[in-house]
Amino acid sequence: MIHPIPSGTRDVLPDETREVRAITDALRKVFEGHGYGEVYTPALEYESVLARAGHTARGAGSADAQPAYRVFDETGAVLVLRSDMTVPIARVVATRYPTVPPPLRFCYLAHCYRGVRPQRGQPRELLQAGIELIGAPAPQGTAEALRVLCAALDAVGLEGYRIGLGDASLFPSLMASLGVPADARAGLLGALAQRDFVELEQALSEIELSAQARQLLLEVPQRRGGPEVLDASATAVADAAANMRQVHDLLDTDVASRVIFDLGLVRSIGYYTGAVFEVYDPALGAPIGGGGRYDELLGRYGRSLPAVGFALGVERLHIALAGEERGEPGQAHAGAP
Amino acid sequence: MRTLNGLTIAVPRGALFAETVDLLEGLGLDTVELRSNDRKLLFEHIGVITMRPSDVPTYVESGAADIGITGKDVLLEQAAQGSGDPARRVVYELLDLGYGRCTMVLASKAGPDPAAEALRRLGVMRVATKYPRIAARYLEETGRQAEIVEVKGSVELAPLTGMVEAIVDLTATGTTLREHDLIVREEIVECTARLIANPVAHKLRAGPIDDLLGRLRAA
Repeated sequence: MIHPIPSGTRDVLPDETREVRAITDALRKVFEGHGYGEVYTPALEYESVLARAGHTARGAGSADAQPAYRVFDETGAVLVLRSDMTVPIARVVATRYPTVPPPLRFCYLAHCYRGVRPQRGQPRELLQAGIELIGAPAPQGTAEALRVLCAALDAVGLEGYRIGLGDASLFPSLMASLGVPADARAGLLGALAQRDFVELEQALSEIELSAQARQLLLEVPQRRGGPEVLDASATAVADAAANMRQVHDLLDTDVASRVIFDLGLVRSIGYYTGAVFEVYDPALGAPIGGGGRYDELLGRYGRSLPAVGFALGVERLHIALAGEERGEPGQAHAGAP
Repeated sequence: MRTLNGLTIAVPRGALFAETVDLLEGLGLDTVELRSNDRKLLFEHIGVITMRPSDVPTYVESGAADIGITGKDVLLEQAAQGSGDPARRVVYELLDLGYGRCTMVLASKAGPDPAAEALRRLGVMRVATKYPRIAARYLEETGRQAEIVEVKGSVELAPLTGMVEAIVDLTATGTTLREHDLIVREEIVECTARLIANPVAHKLRAGPIDDLLGRLRAA
């Protein structure tokens, strides 16, 4: 008899479980070794509680990260399956650690649920491994998160990975300083979030702007590469560039050499405020994970603290490791730095 | 250099093929075998994979190709609900290449518009198309109720047999529509060939991709 399971979910059998276990054990050891205590939270939460994070209010690109599965409990309350662990941990900090002095360090290995198109490395039930560092401001907190991230990836044996580092405030402040009318900003940011530079150029041509401003708005988010990217940047993005440089200066060479500065990096989750980052590996066509600063999220739960965190997709990490082992074609292009 | 800056490129067979190959040749690629062998799919020595246009975003999104060329119609159909649509293909759209220009149109039989009559009297129009997502989105945005009938072959047949009152299809010259006594009622969107890139390749292979972009913009 064949009994189906929901789209985007799968059974994990012993051979795969052993390999996944080796990855998660290595990750957990690194997280714990850096002082991050592991937490479990309920897979089901009240919708009204998670909605405080403002997931739903944000625009382009955030739909993937919104809770997609809802059920009712016996009292008629709406419950959702969590779509990430950052929001539940923000709730835990506000309710269970209301007075404990920061910084607080938590890690997790937990399943999250998203209404994405199921494909390789993108299940609807995804196992995430990550950390949250609460109460450590930029740039030190960000640098610590990146150090733990690289230590974790090194520990599982991933070799060719790079970290894309950007700043969520960069493009909005660029638009503001160049005088883009307020009502046109969402459209431009939407085009960027959709990675559609043709649409961005088209939308810019319809706005009253100097040719120079138009050129900057199109060109700056396409700049990515080494520290020279920051040097070349316009004064309009000097603040964001300075933030990125500060983080970079705090990193040891082995971590710093993994960093690609990316002035156009936009994460699909709406609560990021400052530094954002993504993990790339030549053996996989999609990011393995990512994270960033969310300095305003905790305040929405009643304990206003700056924070930073990241999550890795364990399944994607596994696929990338297997790809590196096989020496897949993509890997020939860009090895370890 | 035998490949394009060491990049693997997904090339569409069909209407965009000839101009795409010309473009690649102009960039210095040896396209002799690509032109002469239409059975072969994989040209590893020049880093070219050929496929139907609607498969290009799939190969590029997965990373099997670093970059690709396909029509805006394909990209719209695979992302017709905007960024929130989980079915969208996650690729960078880098450049409008300008060729392969055609228009997505709403067309119906000549004479009094049967679609308008169906809407007025029956409250819903039936529309045949190979682009169900573009059609559904357009009709929804323009406030009309429609039943979308997805067909795989000649769309012109559908209104002629009375199965539907209108079609949504791509037209370059309008000849096929005219031959079947169909007239364009509304133009939905202009489509041209676009250069797309895998999101990870866009970061890890920034140099080769930007160099290519620069050469294409200068051309």
